[in-house]
Amino acid sequence: MNIKEILTRKEKDKLFLMGNEAAVRGALEAGVAVASTYPGTPSSEIGNVLYVLAEDAGMYFEFSVNEKVALEVAAAASASGLRSFTFMKHVGLNVASDSLMSVAYTGVRGGMVILTADDPSMFSSQNEQDNRHYARLANIPLLEASSPQEVKDLMKYAYQLSEEFEVPVILRTTTRVSHMRGIVELGALKKPKSKGHFDKDPQRFVPVPESARVMHKNLVEKMDQIGVLSNNSSLNHLFENESSVGIITSGSAFNYVMDVVEEYKLPVNVLKITFSYPFPEKRVLEFLENIEKVLMVEEVDPIMEEEVLAVVGKHQLNKKVHGKLDGTLPRIYEYSPDIVLGGVSKMMGLEMPVTTDSNSVELPKRPPTLCPGCPHRAAYFEVKKAAEDLNLDDLIFPTDIGCYTLGIESPYEIADYLLSMGSSIGTSCGFSKATDQTVVSFIGDSTFFHAGIPPLINAVHNKNNFVLVILDNRTTAMTGGQPHPGLPVDGMGLEAPEISIPAIVKACGVELVEIINPLNVRNSKEIFKKALQFNGVAVVISQYPCMLIKGGSQKGKNIIISVQDDKCTGCETCVLELTCPAIYTNEDGKIRIDPLMCRRCNVCVQTCPEKAIRAKRINNNRGEEE
Amino acid sequence: MNPYNIYISGVGGQGIIKTSVIMGEAAMKSDLSVVVGEIHGMSQRGGVVSTQMKIGDSHSPIIEKGKTDLLLAFEPLEALRAVNMINKDSYVVTNTSSIYPFNIRQSEYPYPELSTLLEELSSHAKKVIDLDADGIAKEAGHILAVNMVMLGAAAAVPGFPVDKETIIESMQNNLPEKSISVNLKAFKEGYRVCSSNI
Repeated sequence: MNIKEILTRKEKDKLFLMGNEAAVRGALEAGVAVASTYPGTPSSEIGNVLYVLAEDAGMYFEFSVNEKVALEVAAAASASGLRSFTFMKHVGLNVASDSLMSVAYTGVRGGMVILTADDPSMFSSQNEQDNRHYARLANIPLLEASSPQEVKDLMKYAYQLSEEFEVPVILRTTTRVSHMRGIVELGALKKPKSKGHFDKDPQRFVPVPESARVMHKNLVEKMDQIGVLSNNSSLNHLFENESSVGIITSGSAFNYVMDVVEEYKLPVNVLKITFSYPFPEKRVLEFLENIEKVLMVEEVDPIMEEEVLAVVGKHQLNKKVHGKLDGTLPRIYEYSPDIVLGGVSKMMGLEMPVTTDSNSVELPKRPPTLCPGCPHRAAYFEVKKAAEDLNLDDLIFPTDIGCYTLGIESPYEIADYLLSMGSSIGTSCGFSKATDQTVVSFIGDSTFFHAGIPPLINAVHNKNNFVLVILDNRTTAMTGGQPHPGLPVDGMGLEAPEISIPAIVKACGVELVEIINPLNVRNSKEIFKKALQFNGVAVVISQYPCMLIKGGSQKGKNIIISVQDDKCTGCETCVLELTCPAIYTNEDGKIRIDPLMCRRCNVCVQTCPEKAIRAKRINNNRGEEE
Repeated sequence: MNPYNIYISGVGGQGIIKTSVIMGEAAMKSDLSVVVGEIHGMSQRGGVVSTQMKIGDSHSPIIEKGKTDLLLAFEPLEALRAVNMINKDSYVVTNTSSIYPFNIRQSEYPYPELSTLLEELSSHAKKVIDLDADGIAKEAGHILAVNMVMLGAAAAVPGFPVDKETIIESMQNNLPEKSISVNLKAFKEGYRVCSSNI
């Protein structure tokens, strides 16, 4: 499939779509006029697709500097009467949450949907928080999707709901839904409004105490009305099996439940909750009427389980509620058909066949790592060597969120403390005050724009003492290479002003600001030494483009880097300290460089203590030496 | 139709996701239901990548342990890592070209001998078909066609629910035009080698 087919294909056509792609089609069918995000897995592909399609679709899309700004852009568009869409990974909603709480109060005019992509089991996140809590915290409606088709359909429904009640709606997916592909039947496209108009109404849009009190009252009344809707919604669907045992489930967990129920022909009634907040209490009460016990199957927290326990308590029902709280199912991580089957068997006292075939060979792990030629690897190597030269051995390395977090792995071990986006700098302030240890902190370019600037101001103003390394690889690499404000291109691929990181750093009052090319090892090491000896906040901006993006080093295509066996003493500095995936030891114990993986960054050539690695020019593209 | 379960495993950058998209679209063209589960993000960058696919009636793409019909491994160590997904009736197609974990020298366990990997796999499966997919891809014109070698091999496995021609059609819709001839050559050679080993 060509990605443009998400826009060009007609009603009733079928496409094989990822959940994230289906979300885009849903936005197009709903006539979304403004969309905004900060990239974050598992939601990133929504932005990647909009980057390609937005202009042709006649809508506006941006990669905002962070999720809070993204949500604010969408909120203002909705207040101006346009349909708006903001989407982010689960922890992104933490960043946006301050304004989320207020937009719940002010409400919206054009429909506003906030898609949160949660990450149970933490495939690419620092936690597995369950963002269904946010619907309760903000007191706004919540829909939960199980499949790409549902993601698309719920997007459209969410806009109707949002406009009917003038309230923002949260659509929650999880990794397994965002990154699931399935067949999606398309609906008709809707042309977005080109411009809105903001009609002033300060009593509604400015939550000062007096007006906010009224807004909160209105919100609670609206949510009571929406509760009637969720109780009667066909989105909360019963799969009747005339059983005295029930399962209540939502999201991806619903899929596992149905697979297991169908495969093992389990006699259970299943209630799928899709319109999950306001919690459909009456619907659940009806469901419980004919059953004796119920298993709650949800990811990750026991949110519906507690709601159901409340229903049982309130109505003094004699029903058993099983789930996470009584240990029938695990309280952490994502579920799977195996886990659900285990829970159902436990509740129903069934014996299920055990099919765990394990192998008798111990296998080495395969952790992800920095790519061959990655400029971060060079910077890490140089910092360590600079510290060694200065006999500094008690260093703390606060780190941040991006590819460079992979520095946690052996042999780099250059990631000591991490909380969230931008925390490298804030925590460096704390370490610098709390200890006499040397603090060297790492943050990426996109992360610096996202949340690095206020803590840097804090660092200078409060007279901290540490080295900050801004690893500027000219992209948002870990999420797939999205642009950010430091690049001359915007979220629709159009030309945009480039914001200078060195100028920002200087404007924050930093006195020692150095820019290095990390692939120049000797020079970079000297600059790191200078920064380490500086008293105050020193910032080293390590500038080299990511090897994965256009403009990443393809230089020297006619150069091959290889080991000269007569000079190599087998010290293994390259394999044990630099540890580039392109360098390996062959069956004969010789060091070799894989020419297909090598990006000719030349760092191994410069760091080999025996000068045994050499770059040679070749005269054709078959790898033959001149 | 009862789902036909395919577990694809390998290393980030080998083209595994593209392979599953091509398979999935081919299944859709054959009027079969299909769901695929992928993991993106941190699992790239040389880490383990796996996708799971069910062709037939199913809600979730996640395969129960031991219920895989076909394990398609782009790397032999990753074949064995997925062994708890297969059973004595499963087919395994594995590439024999190893990719060592980047920090294998710091690893608690060594990279096993290829013969050990294949023996262990054989003891858990109905049939293991091993092929030098990297070599076949290079022969066809480009190492990056390794995923199409594996796709071709998969299409030759008895019971694979989508026919070869429909997969080729799907390849044409999903691969850049300039690389299609190399990819087709790789696909056909993978198909041939696997067929002759069944």
